[in-house]
Amino acid sequence: MIYREAGQFKATYSADQALFPIRQDQVGVAILLVIAYIVVPFVGNDYWLGSIFIPFLVLSLAALGLNILTGYAGQLSLGTAGFMAVGAFAAYNFAIRVPAIPLLLNFALSGLCAACVGILFGVPSLRIKGFYLAVATLASQFFIEWLFTRVGWFTNYSTSGVISAPPLSIFGHSLSSVWSRYVLTLAIVTVMALGAKNMVRSSVGRAWMAVRDMDVAAEVIGIRMLRTKLLAFGVSSFYCGVAGALWAFLYLGTVEPQAFDLARSFQILFMIIIGGVGSILGSFLGAAFIVLLPIFINIGSGMFGHAFRADTITQIELILFGGLIIFFLIVEPHGLARLWRIGKEKLRLWPFPY
Amino acid sequence: MVKTRVIGEVILKLENVSLSFGGVQALSDVSLQVRERQILAIIGPNGAGKSSMLNVINGVYHPQQGKITFKGRTRTSMRPHDAAAMGIARTFQNIALFKGMTVLDNILAGRNLMMRTSFLEQALYLGRTKREELAHREKVEEIIDFLHIQAVRKTPVGRLPYGLQKRVELARAFAAEPELLLLDEPMAGMNLEEKEDMCRFILDVNEQFGTTIVLIEHDMSVVMDISDHVVVLDFGRKIGDGTPDEVRRDPRVIDAYLGPTQAAPYHEKELFHGM
Ligand SMILES: Nc1ncnc2c1ncn2[C@@H]1O[C@H](COP(=O)(O)OP(=O)(O)OP(=O)(O)O)[C@@H](O)[C@H]1O
Ligand SMILES: [Mg+2]
Repeated sequence: MIYREAGQFKATYSADQALFPIRQDQVGVAILLVIAYIVVPFVGNDYWLGSIFIPFLVLSLAALGLNILTGYAGQLSLGTAGFMAVGAFAAYNFAIRVPAIPLLLNFALSGLCAACVGILFGVPSLRIKGFYLAVATLASQFFIEWLFTRVGWFTNYSTSGVISAPPLSIFGHSLSSVWSRYVLTLAIVTVMALGAKNMVRSSVGRAWMAVRDMDVAAEVIGIRMLRTKLLAFGVSSFYCGVAGALWAFLYLGTVEPQAFDLARSFQILFMIIIGGVGSILGSFLGAAFIVLLPIFINIGSGMFGHAFRADTITQIELILFGGLIIFFLIVEPHGLARLWRIGKEKLRLWPFPY
Repeated sequence: MVKTRVIGEVILKLENVSLSFGGVQALSDVSLQVRERQILAIIGPNGAGKSSMLNVINGVYHPQQGKITFKGRTRTSMRPHDAAAMGIARTFQNIALFKGMTVLDNILAGRNLMMRTSFLEQALYLGRTKREELAHREKVEEIIDFLHIQAVRKTPVGRLPYGLQKRVELARAFAAEPELLLLDEPMAGMNLEEKEDMCRFILDVNEQFGTTIVLIEHDMSVVMDISDHVVVLDFGRKIGDGTPDEVRRDPRVIDAYLGPTQAAPYHEKELFHGM
C-alpha cells in the first residue's frame, strides 16, 4: 500500500483538477524531472546524450503530435514524417534567409509552417474517415517528400540534397556541445508536453475526444466538426513540425528529405500503438521502447558473443516489432500506458488481491 | 400530480413537415406545436417516425418539405450545432455517449458552448482557463448530485451499466442548460425502479428549471403520468394530438394500437393499465 491516495481527500474541485492530483505522482514526476535535467546530463556521455536521449525526446515529441491527431481526435494519419519534413526545411530556410532570427523563434515559426500544411491536408478529413483518410494523408507524405527532393529552392539549390544545419546558438551561447543540445531539446519537449496535457484536459481536448468517440453526438452538443478537426490537424502538425526542426538541427545536424520518409511515419505510428493511443505518457513510453529495443537486442546478441550477423539482428528487430504491434492491437489497444495504469491500480490494492 | 409551473407561449412549431429516405416516407405532412415549459410526449408504434421527428427538430435530418420555427426563427432545416447554440439538447434512442471519456468529461463536454477560452489559453492553463474549468466543474457536480451519479464520476462511460449510461446521457444534455430538451426513449430497457427515478428527474428538471421537454416513450403509464400533451404518430402521419385524456379516448389512436376491429372501451382499459 505504497501507492495510494488514502487520506489525501480533496477539499476543493480545484485540487482535484490539478495536473497531478495524487501526491505519489507529484513526487514521481519531480524525481523524473530531476533525473532528466540534472542526473542525465552529468552522468551520460556524448554517445548516450546525442545518439539515444536526443532522438528519444524528439521522437517522443513527434509521437505526441500524432497522438493528438490520432489518439485524441481520432483522425488516422500516415503523414507524420511529411509534417516533420516541413518543419525541418522551414527551419533551414528561415535560418539561411533570415540569419538574424533567434533559434526558438525559428522553431516556433517552423512549427507554424507545418501547422498550415497540416491544416491544408486535413481538409479531406471532413468528408472521409478511417482507412480512406489514412490513404489521403499518405498522399501528403509522398507529395511533401517529392517537393523537397525536386524543388531546388527549398534546399537552396544544394546539389547533394543533404545540407548541414547552420551553427546554432541560443541567447548568445553556442550549442556546440552535445550536452547543451540535450538540455535545449529537453526543455522544449517538457514545455510542449505540458501544453498538450493542458489542452487535452480542457474543453478543446474534450471536443477532440468527442469527435473521436461519436461524431454525430459531438455535433448535437454544439461542437463544430470543421473547426475541431482542423484544429487537431494544426496543433498536431505544429508538434510534428517542431520535432522535424529539432531532428534536423539538434540531432542530425543535417537537413535531408530521406530522414522523413514513409518508414519514419510508420515508426511514429508504431510508437503510439505500443505506447498508448490517446495518452501523453504513452507517447514517451512508445518512443523509449522503439529507441531502446535495438540497443537491448544488440546487448543481447553481445551476450552470445556476437554470433548473429548485423542483418540478422535487423530482422530479429523487425520480427519483434511486428509481433508486438499485433499483440498490442489485439490484446491491449491502449498500450504500455494502460499497462502502467493497471500496474498502479494493482499497487494501490497491494498487498490485498482485491 | 400537482404542477405549479405555467405553460407559456409556443416555443417550437413544425408546419407540414415531410421527410423521406429513398422510398420510405418517415414523416408525411406532420405539424405540431410545443409550448414553453410543456412536457410533450410523442407516441406511436415501431417505425412510426418518432425518432425521425426529433432528428428533424434538432437538425440531424433535413426534411424535404415543411417549416420549423424555434423561438420565433423559421428555417427549413438547420445544422445540429446551430440547434445546440439556440438551446436545443437531446438524448438518443441508442445511447450516444463518448465511450472513451469519463462521466465527468462527458457531462463537461455538454457545456462546451459555454466555454470561451481559446485553445492557446487552454494550453497554458492559466487564470481564465483555470477559473472557467473550475466554474463549470462546480455546475457539473450539481448535476451529478441531482442525478445521483457521484460514485462513478471518474469512470469511463463505456464501463457503466446501461441504466447508468442513460442517466449520464441525460446529464450531458441537461448540462447544456437547454431551453428545449429532446429525449428519445429515456426509459427504454429500465426496470420499474429505474423508470421511477428517471420520471422523477424529468419532472424535476421541468419544474425547477422550466425546461420544455419533448420525449418519446412506449410505456403508456409513464406517458399518461408525466406529459401535458401527447402527439401520436403512425406510419409517418400524425393521428392524434391532445391531452393524455383526449388521446386515450381517441378511437383513431386506439385503432392504431389495437387494430380497427377491436372493441374500444374494453381494450382501452387493457392498453392503459397501470394508471
Ligand atoms: N437514416 C435513415 N435512413 C433510412 N431510413 C430511415 C433512417 N432513419 C429512419 N428511417 C426509416 O424511417 C422510418 C421511421 O423511423 P424512426 O426511427 O423515426 O421510427 P421510430 O418511430 O423512432 O421507431 P422505434 O419505435 O422503433 O424507435 C422507419 O421506416 C425507418 O426505417
Ligand atoms: Mg425511435
